[in-house]
Amino acid sequence: MTYALFLGCTIPARSRNYELSARKVAQQLGIELVDMNDFVCCGFPLKSADMDAAERMAAYNLSLAQKQNLDICALCSSCTSALAETAHHLSQDDGRRALVNEQLSKVGAVYQGDIRVRHFARILLEEVGAERIRSHLHKDLSDLTIAVHYGCHYLKPSAVHNHFDDVEDPRSLDTLIGLTGAKVIDYPGRRNCCGGPLLPVEEALAASVSKEKLDAVKEAGADAICLVCPFCAVMYDGNQKSIESQYGVEYGLPVLYLTQLLGVAMGFDRKELGLNMNVVKTKALLKRYFE
Amino acid sequence: MTEIDVNKTDPYFARDIMNQPGGEKIWACFSCRTCTASCPIAAINHTFNPARIIRMALYGLKQDILRSDFIWFCSNCYACQERCPQGVRITDIMTLLKNMAIQGGYMPSGIKSQMDIIKGEGRIYPIDDFDNKKRAKAGLPPLPTSCEVVKALFS
Repeated sequence: MTYALFLGCTIPARSRNYELSARKVAQQLGIELVDMNDFVCCGFPLKSADMDAAERMAAYNLSLAQKQNLDICALCSSCTSALAETAHHLSQDDGRRALVNEQLSKVGAVYQGDIRVRHFARILLEEVGAERIRSHLHKDLSDLTIAVHYGCHYLKPSAVHNHFDDVEDPRSLDTLIGLTGAKVIDYPGRRNCCGGPLLPVEEALAASVSKEKLDAVKEAGADAICLVCPFCAVMYDGNQKSIESQYGVEYGLPVLYLTQLLGVAMGFDRKELGLNMNVVKTKALLKRYFE
Repeated sequence: MTEIDVNKTDPYFARDIMNQPGGEKIWACFSCRTCTASCPIAAINHTFNPARIIRMALYGLKQDILRSDFIWFCSNCYACQERCPQGVRITDIMTLLKNMAIQGGYMPSGIKSQMDIIKGEGRIYPIDDFDNKKRAKAGLPPLPTSCEVVKALFS
């Protein structure tokens, strides 16, 4: 099982905890992730300004993976969606692919149109499988109560993700978290957006979208939020303190990447999983698993 | 909104949207408002209302849409598009409208600076030597600190 690793922009600069823990989990499960230094931005942040430019960047990345004859594994949900969307459109529309290739020829690249793009969590579920993952989990996390945040682009638009999970009642992450023994609880607004894409437009609106979910998760009695996207983590982990001070509330709600949670159950130590880099402290919550 | 002045509408606006990828089915909207009911932004900010924007587009209210602040409040979450019973690609239409606004010279400064950085550096958060030092310390491989290919890609 070998994939070209698509890190994107946010993860290597701001979410090294995600990168570290994903690499550890992949290694443990025998997923080979090939580093591709030539990858550029996935194009997602350009979409609202210039769709053609965004598609061109995504197609360039797809062409690099094709050169290595590798499918793509992305850790960020927005990267997954932007690349999968372009792969989807270009596989169906020869005319559009020819136009994109005209642009790519300026840098000597060409995209033939048959690269698969998968989020890391989807690979865990569909290709590694629950049984094999379970055989690598040595610690029982049944003392933890987790609220899962699916976010948007991990699942949507569903057509470009082959409808692999039900967007109205997603369960794939519940299943993966459940393997650790942790209890996954429901809460109002479970499917809602984190508000991240609004940050460059109107910070206050973005914060109020995040606050809705933090309120609901706290109210439901979760010990932590578990997620699979660095944008969402910026909103709930990175910005949690500022939301607390803006609204005069207190959450103190740790935010864990799925790969960190699986990594804890696999027996990796705090530093190996980058848990020291999470903004909201995780030490008290996870202390019992590191003794 | 005030009364619609037909002399200020653009009768070809909806057709222009329809002729672009994602906009094809805008005519199929039958105003059920499932989109607005599903929208997490509309739930907390009443200036954003996707059903209203689709209706305005069909009425040809081009300038009212493209010069507005509200189109930028779409967070691209696809909740509306997934549920539209008529298959209108509402989220994709919001993206199209933002693109058209920019072509008409209206762009929030945050969006502009993001675009300039990506087209110049190849990534939103360019990697410098300090980042690579931090990566090395965490046991992660180094990444390139410059990107020539994007300049050629956008030349």
